[in-house]
This record gives sequence, structure tokens and C-alpha cells, in this order.
Amino acid sequence: MMNLLKNLLAWVDERFPLTSTWKAHASEYYAPKNFNFWYFFGGLALLVLVIQIVSGIFLTMNYKPDALFAFASVEYIMRDVQLGWILRNIHSTGASMFFIVIYLHMFRGLMYGSYRKPRELLWIIGMIIYLALMGEAFMGYLLPWGQMSFWGAQVIVNLFSSVPFVGQDLAILIRGDFVVSDITLNRFFALHVVAIPLILVLIIVAHLVALHEVGSNNPDGIEIKKNKGPDGHPVDGIPFFPYMVVKDAVAAVAFLIVFVSVVFFAPDMGGYFLEYNNFVPANPMKTPEHIAPVWYFTPYYAILRAVPPLFGSQFPGVVAMGVATVIFFALPWLDRGQVKSIRYRGPIYKAFLASFVVSFVGLGYLGLMPATELYTWISRVLAVVYFAFFFLMPWYTKIDKCKPEPDRVTSK
Amino acid sequence: MNAIKKLGMLVLLMAVPAMAIASGAGVHLDTAPVNLKDQASLQRGAKLFTSRCLACHSASYMRYNRLTDIGMSEEQIKKELEMPEDVKIGSTMQAAMDSNSAKLAYGVAPPDLSVIARSRSPDWLYTYMRSFYVDISKTSGWNNTVFPSVGMPFVLADLQGEQALESEQHEGHDIKKLILKTPGSMQPAEYDAAVGDLTNYLVFMSEPSKLVRQQIGWIVLAFLSVLLMLVYALKKEIWKDIH
Repeated sequence: MMNLLKNLLAWVDERFPLTSTWKAHASEYYAPKNFNFWYFFGGLALLVLVIQIVSGIFLTMNYKPDALFAFASVEYIMRDVQLGWILRNIHSTGASMFFIVIYLHMFRGLMYGSYRKPRELLWIIGMIIYLALMGEAFMGYLLPWGQMSFWGAQVIVNLFSSVPFVGQDLAILIRGDFVVSDITLNRFFALHVVAIPLILVLIIVAHLVALHEVGSNNPDGIEIKKNKGPDGHPVDGIPFFPYMVVKDAVAAVAFLIVFVSVVFFAPDMGGYFLEYNNFVPANPMKTPEHIAPVWYFTPYYAILRAVPPLFGSQFPGVVAMGVATVIFFALPWLDRGQVKSIRYRGPIYKAFLASFVVSFVGLGYLGLMPATELYTWISRVLAVVYFAFFFLMPWYTKIDKCKPEPDRVTSK
Repeated sequence: MNAIKKLGMLVLLMAVPAMAIASGAGVHLDTAPVNLKDQASLQRGAKLFTSRCLACHSASYMRYNRLTDIGMSEEQIKKELEMPEDVKIGSTMQAAMDSNSAKLAYGVAPPDLSVIARSRSPDWLYTYMRSFYVDISKTSGWNNTVFPSVGMPFVLADLQGEQALESEQHEGHDIKKLILKTPGSMQPAEYDAAVGDLTNYLVFMSEPSKLVRQQIGWIVLAFLSVLLMLVYALKKEIWKDIH
């Protein structure tokens, strides 16, 4: 029996790089042994992707992308489809969890300098994933066809119409109509279910290939490849399989406990994961008093509202919002620090990173609130703090007093 | 790890002033006595709902036979809820009045109530149905402190009676208060309990699988907890030789 399997494997290996791929990406891919809590979120993001794809497939079997039936078909899933409510709650919870995991994953990159040489391209590919994910979430949010789906999409698509000269045409191109309508719903459905997931999977594979080419960073921000043993493997590295796999499995189960707690006990999450107003069917004739995007977009939404209009055009705000999103791409070249990890950075970087976190969370909160004068002014201050983190980075990372890096990775 | 702790402290320190900004208060809402395990209350609520609300409002995602979930037999549903002869037990709940004539009569089409308890909070519904008062300036003759200028007339007036909104001087402040002027067929406490039942039913109807959801949730959590222990033990075993 064993012989038969061995022969079969040999037969396959002659025709397909099975064993060599397994070795390169699992059993002989060496990861730093000092990974801490923050290194779980990449794997968890992959887990959420799988959860979203599988639950999404089953939702698609019962959902109707039609302005007349969309809202009703979601309620049909919640009531008449066997265990349909589990699928729906999993998918809506998964959307928010995806962003929680991705934001923590990105924050890890900021703390330990994971975007620095030689991982610039890895970081850029990751940022493209983030943008694709935002598009995926935005289009998916229209599908339940509630008031917030409709008016959220209306507000966001209208932003494009503030682009000088081509704005109006651009907005019509996105909507396929003069207002958000059945046509918009249909094209967003196609993009949400086919186009963007396809792109996402491809660039996630590219992200992993790039990661395995350069190797993982670690909480000390030093290169384990610089210190190889007589066997040619990094002294501070351990094979991804089985060590990292089993460690990530513990994290995955712990994460699932949090995930299912939301799915089964608080799928609305107090109106943050499922907005209350989205249980009212979309009504193009009735604008809600207060339109707020879902929480994961609100930091950018707050920046948009914080910028005063110029000649009655919202365009400067749209530009600020766009820059706030894509500025992350420039991080590898903005950072001039001598060390990568926050463990060996000086106090200035720590202060800037902390104030950045405060501005991001604060803007996220303010983006959920109605834009009162006080809130708008706080948003402006926080937006300045947000951009200062990036634009002043070449200066403050250079003058910051860093501690010497260790030669070997340290644990704890 | 030390650096992260310090960073966390710094974040907290800076976040305090941001969190100090309190949000403004709206209308005071009373707490609704929602208990999805109280089947008698849900059944009373269902009866009130089908006899009163269903005249104008629909619940077009709710099937009659789903009420078997709250302990009613199909016979009971047909009889006690006075289902029209031509309506099948598996049908969804449709309003007696059609939407267009309702719109002509009240100025707005009465909203579908299937998921009303998920868009409005249970507390809102509970307070709203107890906050109607006579207002002759309105076409319907009624107004509401929770939903000012509401189009809906007060269809439970025969039960609660008629309230009036009166101003009261209290430590120099003008406080508006609802006073029961003409009593209805129910005592105030009785009426509150009936509206509580109705609210309870609306919560059930907005998500009929809610109780099952929570029951399955505990099983899934128990399974994952055991799995966590096993996977953790496996991790310990495999990582024994890593220092």
C-alpha cells in the first residue's frame, strides 16, 4: 500500500511540482520563531476570505438581484431557507470581521516595519488587496437593498461626480443610470460575486508568493536569513509546517469563538455590523435624516466631511479621502528609520504612531456621528494628525533616537 | 512586548479627551418587557397584532404557520387569529386594507411590519404605542410624543382611553406630561401589559429564528471550546522541541 502511494507520488512529481511546492511553501518554508499575537491576523484574513466565499456561494443560490425582490429575498433567506439565517449572519459578520482583521494586520506592519526593504512589493500588493476589499464590501452592501444600502451607495457614487469635467459621466458610468437603480444593483451584484472575488484571490496568491520569496518579518524587525546554520536554514526560523500551521490553528479556533459569538448572539452588533435603518426597504423618494457608511469606511468618510468645500465643490474632500487611503502605498519610501521594529525605535516614532491610532479610531467614531460644528472641527484636527503621521515621517524617523537591534531574535 | 504596552498606554491617554464628548439625548423611551420564551405573551401579542394592526399594515415576510414556533397549533392559528377563509395557513400576512387606499386615507402608505422591531427598537415601539394623545389640529385627531405628527390614528384608543398632553410647572421648568383623560376598557397597568405582549410579538416576528439561533450558538461555542483545548494541546506537543 505504502509503495503504491510512493509510486503514485513519484508519478505525479514527474509531471507536476507537488513535492517541491509543498517543501517550498510549507515543510521547508522557514518562519521566524518569535512570532507574537500580531502575526495571527494574516492567516485569519485568509480564513475569513474562505468563510465569505463559501457563505456567499450559498447566499447567491437564494438571493435575487432585482430592485423589486432583493430586500424580500434577504428576508426569505432569514425565514424560509433552511438555516439561511446562519448563512446571512455569517456573511454580514464576516464583512466586518474582515476589516477588523485586515486593520490589525496592517497595524502590525506599521509597528514592526514590515513594509521596509525588501518587502516593499509585498506591502504594495497587500494595499491593492485592501482597496479591492473596500470595493467588494461597498458593492456587497448595496445588495440587501435597504435604506442604508441605497443611500450609502448614492452618497459614495455622487462623490465621483465632483471630479472636475468628467465627474458626471463617471458617476453615470458607475451607476449605469442617473440614480442608483435596479441597473446599479445588477452590476454591483456581478462585480461583487464574480469580478472582485476573482481579482482578490489572484492578488492574495501574489501576496503569498511575494511573502515566501522575501520571508516573513518578525517583532524584532531583523532578517533571520542573515544568520543561517550549517544546514543552510535560518537559525531563528522554524518550518511553517507543522509549527506555524498548528500555532495558527489555535488562533483560528480562538478567532472562530469570537466570530460565532457575534453570529449567534449579536449579529447586529448594536447597529454597527447591520445598521438598523437597513431593515427599511430602499426608498428613492425618502432620504434618511442621517446617512452613515458602515463603520469600516467611517475614518475616510470623516476626513471627507472635514475638508471644507471649494467653490461649492466637494472635490477637495474627495481628494483628501483618496489620498488618505492610498498614502499607505508610499510608506516604504517615507520611512527613513535606522531600525524597522517599534521595539528599537525612539520615542518620537512611538508618539506619532500612537497619535495616528487615536486619529484613525477617532475619525472612525466621528464618521458615524452627525456632522455638528464641534465634531467637524475635531475631525479637522484628527485629519491633520492622520496626515502628519505620513507626511512628516521622512523627518521624524530620521531624527529619532533608535536603540541597537539584537543579532538574534528575542522572545517576549 | 514592553514597547507595545507603552504604546497602548499612550493611545489610551490620548483617547480619553475624545471619549469625553457625550452625545445628545433624544426622547425618553421606556424599557419594553421583551421575553421570547414567554409563549403565552407572544400568543396574546399575535392576537392583538392580527386583530388590530393587520387591518392596515402587512407583515408580508411572515407566514401564519410560523406561529407554530410560539406554541400554537395550525387549528388554533386559523381559529384564534380569525384568519380569513380564503387565506392558506402557509400564506404571508397581508393587510385587510390595500396600500393605495390606506395612503389616500392617512397620507402615507402604512409600512410593512415584518422587521419593524429591527429598524425601530423594541423600546421605541413599546413607548410609541403608549404615547398617543388627542390633538385636534391633526387630520386624524391624534398626535404622538415619540413620533410627532404621525399619520396613523390611535387604533388602540378603546383599550387605553384618551390621553392629553399637558404642561406642568416643575422647579421653574415647563414639563410636558401625558395625562389619561378618558379611561378605556383596560386599566393603565393592563394596557401596558397588552402593549408589552404586542411588542414582544413584533420582536419575535422580526426574526423568528432568534431563539433557535441562540440555542445553536451555545452548542457551537461548546464544540469550539473543546476543539480549542485539543488544538492547543497539539500545539504544545509539537512545539515541545522549540526553544
